Amino acid sequence: MSTQAITSLDEAHLRFKAQLFQHKLLLDSGVQGIVGRAAPLVELVASLQGMIDRESKKDGAVKACFPPVVPRELLRKVGYMDNFPNLCGSIQSFVGDDKAQLALAETVKKGGDWAPHLASTDFTLTPASCYPLYPTLAGTLPEGGVLYDLNCYCFRHEPSNDPARLMSFEIRENVRAGTPTEVQKWRADWLERGLGIIEALGLPVFLDTASDPFFGRGGKMMKASQRELELKFELLVPIWSKDSPTAVASFNYHQDHFAHVFGIYTADGGGAHTACLGFGIDRLVIALLKTHGFDMKTWPASVRQTLML
Amino acid sequence: MSTEIYVQIKAVLAAHAELNQDVAVLNIDEDLFAAGMSSRATVGVMLGLESAFEIEFPDAMLRRDVFESIRSIGNALQTLQN
Repeated sequence: MSTQAITSLDEAHLRFKAQLFQHKLLLDSGVQGIVGRAAPLVELVASLQGMIDRESKKDGAVKACFPPVVPRELLRKVGYMDNFPNLCGSIQSFVGDDKAQLALAETVKKGGDWAPHLASTDFTLTPASCYPLYPTLAGTLPEGGVLYDLNCYCFRHEPSNDPARLMSFEIRENVRAGTPTEVQKWRADWLERGLGIIEALGLPVFLDTASDPFFGRGGKMMKASQRELELKFELLVPIWSKDSPTAVASFNYHQDHFAHVFGIYTADGGGAHTACLGFGIDRLVIALLKTHGFDMKTWPASVRQTLML
Repeated sequence: MSTEIYVQIKAVLAAHAELNQDVAVLNIDEDLFAAGMSSRATVGVMLGLESAFEIEFPDAMLRRDVFESIRSIGNALQTLQN
C-alpha cells in the first residue's frame, strides 16, 4: 500500500465509490478495480448500449462478437508487450499431474504465489474490443471498405481507487477499415458526432488530442508522436475536476499498423488503413451518476429520452 | 557535423530505423519518416543514439522534429554535448 499522502482526488474517488456500494448500485468484489453492477446499473448499461445501437445502425455497421480473450500470438504480432506490458492480463493454467497438484494445493493453502505451478496458455484477456477483429479482415476489403460494431469486456491491469478506472470494463467500439481517405473521413465525422451524443446525455464534455499510456521512456517518445500526429482524440468529462478530466470515449486512427500486420488490402490493391472509436461504458455510467445523481427517475427529461429510460 | 558523428548516426539508423531504403544513400536532410521510420523504430533510434553517444535525451527533446533527419539528429546531439 502506498505511503504517499492521500490526495483530495483520492478522497473524492473513495467517497464516491463508497456511496455507489452503499446505494447498492455497484457490487463490491473486495478487489480494487473489479466491480459488479446491481440491477439499476444493468438497466442503465442496456440503455446506453441501446443508444449506441441506434447510432451505429444508421451507418449500416455489421455486428461481430468475440469472447473477452485474445490469442497471445495476436498481442505478439501487434507489439502490445512493447507498448503496454504492464496492462496485459496474461492467462495461466494448471496442466500438471497428481504430484504437481499436491504441491499447488500446499502453496494455495499457505497463501503463496500460484504462478510457479502454472503454465502459460495460448491466450490473454482482451485489451481492447477491436483487437480480435483485425485478423478476420485479412485479405481484400470490398469496395468502400467495412464498418463493424463490437462490444467486449476488456482488461487492463491499472489498480486504482477511481471508480471510473476499473480493471475489467466494457468498451463498445465501431471499427472502420478502408482507404486512408475513407478512414480519415470516418474518424473526422465522428469527432463532432461523438461530442453531440455525450452532450445529449447532459454531460459537460470537451474534445482533445490524447495519447495512449505507452510504457517507459520509449513510451514518452511514442506518446509525443501520437499527439503530434493527432492519432488519438478523446471526449473528456470533468467527473472529478477540470484538472483531471476522465476520457469517456476515444477516436483512434491506426494508419496502416493493423492492416500491415494482418495483411488487409483495399479493393484497388493498396494497403488499407483502420480506425476505431470506443465508448467507455462503465465510465459513462459513473459520469451520469456523478452529474445527474443516483436516482435515474429524477434525471433531466431530455437525458432520459436520449437513453429511452 | 563531423564525419565521425555523421557515420555514427548512420550506423544507429542502419541498426534501428527500419527504413524502406538503404541508409548508405540517405542524404543529410532526407525525411526519415517518409523513408519508412515508424514511431516504434524512432524509439529504437533514440535509445541507440543514447547508447552510442552516451547522452540522454530530455523529455522536451522527445519530439518528431528532433529525429526527422540526420541533420536534425546531429543538431540535437551538438546541443546535448555542449
